Amino acid sequence: MSTIALSRTFRDSVPLLRDPALLVPLVGAGVLIYLAILPLFMLFLGSFEAEVAPREFVYTLKNYQAAYASQYTYSTFRNSLIFAAGSSALTFFFGAVLAWLVERTNTPLRIVFIPLAVVPLILPGVLEAIAWIFLLSPKFGYINMALMYLFGLESPPFNVFSLAGMIWVHSVGQVPLAFLMMVAAFKSMDPSLEESAMMSGASTWQTLRRVTLRLLMPTSASVLLILFVRTLESFETPALIGIPARIYVYTSEIYLAFSEYPPDYGRGAALAVGLLVLSAAGVWLYTRSTREGKRFETVTGKAFRPRQFDLGAWRWVGFVFLMVYFLIVVLLPFLVMLWASFLPFFATPSWDALQKLSFENYQYLFGFRPFRHAMWNSIILAVMSASVGMVLTSVIAWIVYKSRLPGSWMLDFLAFVPITVPGIVLGMALILLYVAFPLPIYGTIWVLLIAYVTRYIPYGMRSASGSILQIHSELEEAAGASGASWWQTFWRVTLPLLRPGFVAGWIYIFIVSFREFSTSVLLATGESRVLSILLFTMFEQGQVTVVAAIGILMILTLLAIVALFYKLSGRVGLQT
Amino acid sequence: MIEVKSLVKTFAGREEQVRAVNEVSFRVDEGRFYTLLGPSGCGKTTTLRCIAGLERPDAGEVEVAGDIVFSSSKGAFVPAYRRPIGMVFQSYAIWPHLTVFENVAFPLRVGKQRFGSQEIQSKVRKALELVEMGGLEDRMATQLSGGQQQRLALARALVREPKVLLLDEPLSNLDAKLRERMRVELRELQRRLRITTLYVTHDQIEALSMSNVIAVMSAGVIVQEGSPREIYMHPKTQFVAQFIGSTNQVVGRLRALRGDGCASVETDVGELSCGVANEVAVGSQVAVVIRPEDVVVHTKKPSGALNILEGKVATVMFLGEYLDCSIEIGARTLQAHQPRSLELRRGDPVWVELPPSQCLAMHERLPPGREA
Repeated sequence: MSTIALSRTFRDSVPLLRDPALLVPLVGAGVLIYLAILPLFMLFLGSFEAEVAPREFVYTLKNYQAAYASQYTYSTFRNSLIFAAGSSALTFFFGAVLAWLVERTNTPLRIVFIPLAVVPLILPGVLEAIAWIFLLSPKFGYINMALMYLFGLESPPFNVFSLAGMIWVHSVGQVPLAFLMMVAAFKSMDPSLEESAMMSGASTWQTLRRVTLRLLMPTSASVLLILFVRTLESFETPALIGIPARIYVYTSEIYLAFSEYPPDYGRGAALAVGLLVLSAAGVWLYTRSTREGKRFETVTGKAFRPRQFDLGAWRWVGFVFLMVYFLIVVLLPFLVMLWASFLPFFATPSWDALQKLSFENYQYLFGFRPFRHAMWNSIILAVMSASVGMVLTSVIAWIVYKSRLPGSWMLDFLAFVPITVPGIVLGMALILLYVAFPLPIYGTIWVLLIAYVTRYIPYGMRSASGSILQIHSELEEAAGASGASWWQTFWRVTLPLLRPGFVAGWIYIFIVSFREFSTSVLLATGESRVLSILLFTMFEQGQVTVVAAIGILMILTLLAIVALFYKLSGRVGLQT
Repeated sequence: MIEVKSLVKTFAGREEQVRAVNEVSFRVDEGRFYTLLGPSGCGKTTTLRCIAGLERPDAGEVEVAGDIVFSSSKGAFVPAYRRPIGMVFQSYAIWPHLTVFENVAFPLRVGKQRFGSQEIQSKVRKALELVEMGGLEDRMATQLSGGQQQRLALARALVREPKVLLLDEPLSNLDAKLRERMRVELRELQRRLRITTLYVTHDQIEALSMSNVIAVMSAGVIVQEGSPREIYMHPKTQFVAQFIGSTNQVVGRLRALRGDGCASVETDVGELSCGVANEVAVGSQVAVVIRPEDVVVHTKKPSGALNILEGKVATVMFLGEYLDCSIEIGARTLQAHQPRSLELRRGDPVWVELPPSQCLAMHERLPPGREA
């Protein structure tokens, strides 16, 4: 409940500004507006500016013309549409089938499969793309070589440098997300709806078609939608596979506008605004559709086990499907990366190659200054953005859910704005902001820190809010009644009780910051390069096996730090 | 040592503002046990929280231990953490991430006064012994039973030796037997420490057994204030009569009122002699209330007594301590609690005596807020 704002209260409120309990939300709101709104504002402004002479700008619609009425507009649009639609369809197919096999059938060993399916999440998108280039490149891809050898083919059957290749590579990276969402959907289905169909005489197949699939439609629609939006915003696959293949999508166009000489910020900004609008529309539709989906929700208070479909002999087919999926889609990229990292140059597996295996790449890397620098940058940035992000969102979540201040719902809204902003759009916006702004952080890791924190505030908020809501307000009131000031209460009671959510959020933000690519590609230059960018540039230069070694080291570092943080937070008296 | 004057607190309701506390005034003398009693939503908890400093009232004045902690006219508001209070919450609000010792030591670590670690140790130990929890210092607070958690909350509230103790329905989460025990223990503790106590509850047995003074609240106002005996035996309104214990009521018209306070009421079961609870005018509609345990059921017609009504036994329930009967008299049904030695059966003809000294006539359905 909020207190009524009597006119007297406002007169009282002036001395209250000295009370930290009110100062904090004002500062919090200021920070959020600075991070979330200001860059977008500059982006919008920049899309209407054109440089007619050095440092002379006029307002014009020319940028939009260049962005949307050029000779490439149609092909870019077509490619983006096919890429996003194809990828979301394929990802959904895999995610739904895998989830169905695991949750609703009696396929053997399906429980083991769940953690295995989620493993690809620690593989950075850039590495995923590189691994599949190793496997499916027409010139030296391992799978192509193997198939040509086995079946005596004249030409390689697969070409990763095509739209189909892009769709495949991007899909396999997204499947864990679709899998988890569909597993949740399957888990919450009430078996009695299907059982009553069977009691009414429907066969297994009819039940599936008429009841199960219909019940799943709202969730399926929203999953497809979010996959579509995420594909539209992604840049890893378009960068590593699309650009060499001269297949350009929306995000590639933005990147190219920036990387041509001189950079056409105006056109880039106009493109970015368009993508932002599309993305925001998609997210809005998604939130609406999940609300609609509540109508079909069949979870009651009672616990139940969803009905298992007995596949009979077909369950071994399901088992084979799971195994093949795991081996080819999850394990193979890892293995090829590992293998390549020990090779001096990329070659097909042979006895000759076996003899050439060595630690040469790793040794080279340890002495290679740009690598050490990029590793240092990545670790520091990921640790800092996770920490700053979680502290910021903890305070914001406290303000939104615990302080009884009017208007705190606005902070909640502001905190979720960045989720509609594609990574590359944010990069563009920050460039425009800090080139104009007197703050000399452009080109340093500080602008990257700002970018990462901004991007991941929504995810931090989700963890922090979940925890804050579980803290009974009487726990904080008891502290006040025992003599603790607002700050003492926050420090001694609220923060310790927030720890589980804090840790979970920290680990998530650390992982995604470490892997981040589409924002960094525009902002990380020279000294401020991070590992994902180093991978990109070195791969383009052709040092593929060194890149594989970097990839392996990235994965190991990621695992090590997450394990360390998890252990450390346990030791500080965390009670989960 | 708590003084509340014309306290007002409004909340934003769905359609309009709701006055949760509506011009409430009362005073708790030093060392006394004062209870705010009433049904859910009557404003008792809000009043307590205003005194604690957890809610900011809209108008009025609150004084605790001689200091004004809130005054709308002077624009003063002392935040909760600066008030000399100890508070026990309904949910106990025990911090799950701290041990028993640390929970009790918390107020000593955060307040304006700083204590040395030796002092903290001895104060915490003393507080825990006061609630018979000595020896459990190192346990995590989550490992305690409900009753132990409640005692821990009490120890924490008392460790600073506050001038005033506030309790918000502290016994409502305990099972019946434990509640009975805690009622006695709490009261004894309060008496020993002589600490000014404000207690909030909806349970009339707690209020009656523990308090020096009870204030019955309804819809944001104090409807009646008095000692337990006064409240129980001389309720001033139907609401108070019905909320505390159970009552029978018979409506009728006040026919005559004598100077000594005796009245005669014409009802549909006959003419009743009774006392009056408050200002009633001759000729007005009144309700005559009498408690079931004061009703006397005779199996043979008694002679010479007033207010004898003839009726038939409708139901008899054996409750162990007494018989709970309902007697049909004409179109009405009266509840009566009778000693279990009385042998009654359904359908028996009986004579019901309503002793005039136990009957009270009061305004029928007086809206709460008109009497204080």
